Amino acid sequence: MPDTLAPPANDALPLSLRSELRFLACGSVDDGKSSLIGRLINDATGLFEDQIKSLQDDSRRFGTTDDGIDFALLLDGLEAEREQGITIDVAYRFFSTARRAFVVADTPGHRQYTRNMATGASNAELAVLLVDARKGLLEQTRRHAAIVSLLGIRHVVLAVNKIDLVDFSEARFREISAAFETFAAPLAFHSAVAIPLSARHGDNVTQRSERTPWYTGPSLFAHLETVETDAEAAEAPLRFPVQWVNRPDADFRGFAGTVVSGRVAVGDPVVVAGSGRTTEVARIVSFNGDLQAAPAGRAVTLLLKDEIDIARGDLLTDPRQRAVVTRRFTADLVWMEDSEATAGKRFLLKIGTATVPATLTRVADNLDIDSLQRIPGTGLVLNAIGRVELETATPVAFDPYSDNRGTGAFILIDRSTLRTSAAGMIVESLDAARDVHRHAETVTPELRAQQKAQQPLVVWLTGLPGSGKSTIANIVERKLMAAGRQTMLLDGDNLRLGLNADLGFAPSARSENVRRVGEVARLMADAGLITVVALVSPFQADRTRAAALLPEGRFLEIFVDAPLEVCRDRDPKGLYKKADDGKVVGLTGRDQPYEVPQEPALVLRTTELSAEEAADRVVSLVLQRA
Amino acid sequence: MPAQAAAVRAASKVLAASTVTADHSGLSPHLQRLEDEAIHILREVVAEFANPVMLYSVGKDSSVMLHLARKAFFPAPPPFPFLHIATGWDFRALLDHRDRMAAEYELKLLVHGNEEAARNGVTPFETETGEYSRLMLTEPLKAALDLHGFDAAFGGGRRDEEKARAKERIFSHRNAGHVWDPRNQRPELWHLFNTRLAPGDTMRVFPLSNWTELDIWNYIQAEAIPIVPLYLGAERWVVERDGALIAVDDERMRFLPGEKTVQRHVRFRTLGCWPLTGAVASRADDVAGVIAELLDSRSSERQGRLVDAAHQASMERKKREGYF
Repeated sequence: MPDTLAPPANDALPLSLRSELRFLACGSVDDGKSSLIGRLINDATGLFEDQIKSLQDDSRRFGTTDDGIDFALLLDGLEAEREQGITIDVAYRFFSTARRAFVVADTPGHRQYTRNMATGASNAELAVLLVDARKGLLEQTRRHAAIVSLLGIRHVVLAVNKIDLVDFSEARFREISAAFETFAAPLAFHSAVAIPLSARHGDNVTQRSERTPWYTGPSLFAHLETVETDAEAAEAPLRFPVQWVNRPDADFRGFAGTVVSGRVAVGDPVVVAGSGRTTEVARIVSFNGDLQAAPAGRAVTLLLKDEIDIARGDLLTDPRQRAVVTRRFTADLVWMEDSEATAGKRFLLKIGTATVPATLTRVADNLDIDSLQRIPGTGLVLNAIGRVELETATPVAFDPYSDNRGTGAFILIDRSTLRTSAAGMIVESLDAARDVHRHAETVTPELRAQQKAQQPLVVWLTGLPGSGKSTIANIVERKLMAAGRQTMLLDGDNLRLGLNADLGFAPSARSENVRRVGEVARLMADAGLITVVALVSPFQADRTRAAALLPEGRFLEIFVDAPLEVCRDRDPKGLYKKADDGKVVGLTGRDQPYEVPQEPALVLRTTELSAEEAADRVVSLVLQRA
Repeated sequence: MPAQAAAVRAASKVLAASTVTADHSGLSPHLQRLEDEAIHILREVVAEFANPVMLYSVGKDSSVMLHLARKAFFPAPPPFPFLHIATGWDFRALLDHRDRMAAEYELKLLVHGNEEAARNGVTPFETETGEYSRLMLTEPLKAALDLHGFDAAFGGGRRDEEKARAKERIFSHRNAGHVWDPRNQRPELWHLFNTRLAPGDTMRVFPLSNWTELDIWNYIQAEAIPIVPLYLGAERWVVERDGALIAVDDERMRFLPGEKTVQRHVRFRTLGCWPLTGAVASRADDVAGVIAELLDSRSSERQGRLVDAAHQASMERKKREGYF
């Protein structure tokens, strides 16, 4: 036995400089992963006596080693798991040396538990990948390395375990570490260190073993104690998600939160990512007294110089290095539900301190974790990883995950089961203009509305072709103008002659058509106008999205209701006839579905009302609101 | 609450007058990270839940949680009540400390117990320990949570305490019967906690999940947090029973034949019901002494608690029933 059991002089030294490392251990029971963690805990601090006693009992009952203590049993927690001899969840373990305190996330090696690995990796700064020296790199090792890389871990250790069982062979070790180097090259690790060791006997765990004289690198402990992993968050630009507004009385309005990255100091300019408003940090309040500055990681309370509108969910950033603000982006998703993820599914998306409704708009591909190839696909099954497109109801502020783990990560919550359905890592914005940031306007929509002495509104008429939308919309606008209101009319057909001339009638083009009209309507409302929209807009999700662009109560969804047969008989533009003749394809109602509004502000049955009567109903509703 | 508002105003004035220039607090990077993480969790709960409560057992972990709550919302007071489940067999010194803290920090303190079980003769001497803890701790806890409609409850549990705790989430979802299903836990990624609840469901939240016993003591020392004096060594009256030293806290002690009260210099590593909590011989008369003893120690803290010795994986069973 080599002399590797002497525990490092721990805890007796001053603790004031002790740092912390959270790492992930991946591998299977067969690789000796649990034994290695048990060994680390044992060698670092020594096992407590009663833990040893319970371990000896367990070892007799469930043990897989024929003699002595099975260190793996230290780590399993739940009764059923222990009896199966398999770890099926993430377990957290703790040990410390004089230099560092360690938190180990122990995650399973089985393929079906990708979700647990992602969970463990999300809060880890380093990963220890276990391989059995006899077996070398397995598919599983490659998978683990890929997931670890995807989750943004930049430091890995390849622990080549059971080196005693290959007679401490240098050639075998070199072979495995070279294979790993080749595989890991595209995975963007900042450090990847291979260490030959024996968890069972302790070789190269705390000290370099005499039995591997050819190995000149650090022992596992020496490496874990010294590897630097925290530079990235410190060097990234300031990001401060507002977590809670601290308002104990009228004189104090503090913004509590954790500095996710960068550093915040008194006097620093900051910008609210969503609104583009800028101000300055006036004070950094803490229980122990005001601070001049706070580094990444600190939970503080900021007082700002100007009284601007800020709430939980807002992200404060450095104005010179702003976050991306958008509603549409691509992301890598780790899917964690039994049911398949497909386009159209709606969720709550939690990013930073913000939670917003979001729709999965596209599944682009699946990542084949073994080959690292992206295979085109339209769905994600349990434990699959893939590139997707998402759209949120309101804009979110973020950075790409590869730039900033703190502001690029999100979870998707199922709206009915409330389960966490997926972990997401943002890749990039889908907006073509990516470096454009909202500029806070001096003249606000409120001022424009005041000047016009009216409340701007969007009156959105939806219904089948031929239901009477355009006719009613024209009368409504005329009547509003007569009543002294300032108005604008957006007619779907007219817009297709200009702004939307490039769009066809496929469902995706229809969505884009509605998106554009929604954005224009919002601009008109921001200009202070009462805006009447006449647009088939067949899909509820598209209309909901348009409504979400406006403040609550400023969007009136009005269903112009007429049965298909009536519309067909009226056929004012000859569309149904053309469709019947095969000259028009994709006509709503005939060829494509129309989704009836769920909660319209008004329903106009044009089989029962004249166009004038219908318009009067709309006008009276508008005048109540405007 | 005008008195509270005045206190806040006074606190913020003092702050404005005495700006500290340090960029760090004097805690080690490790303890600082644990503190920041716990404060983040406390604030997340207050921001996302309608009616949170902090379980306040008055022990050392609770004392750290209370201190963190005072820090997290400063200069506002902790914006939730503190719930103590009292069995009627609590150490007198613990109750004194509880009332002193509540008065000094103007806490909204709620005390609940199972008076019916006590009237029916449930005592730590006669009732089997598993059943005793279910009746006197778990049941009144669940009843109190239901009575006040708390949707989130902070507990001081740490993952290093026991194997079943090592896999517990920081935000631990409980269904309408307070039942914990270890096979159906929500995955917990980054610090993005899923706080959504179906009607009737509740959340248990453990801000100290990643702390170890040593971290707790180092933090108590660094932040000068007041604790119940029973944690420190002193001369106390005890009887020796099954290899444990049981304190005689009041006249209700039942002696077994041949048992004698002796005075020993002892301290307690945990504070449960006094007849069930073993003392250890110790000369650690201050916090620094406790830390030194801990570094040298070869027995983990729950050994002193007879409740847990009852069964392998007893903690997991208790958790499923709704214990913290």
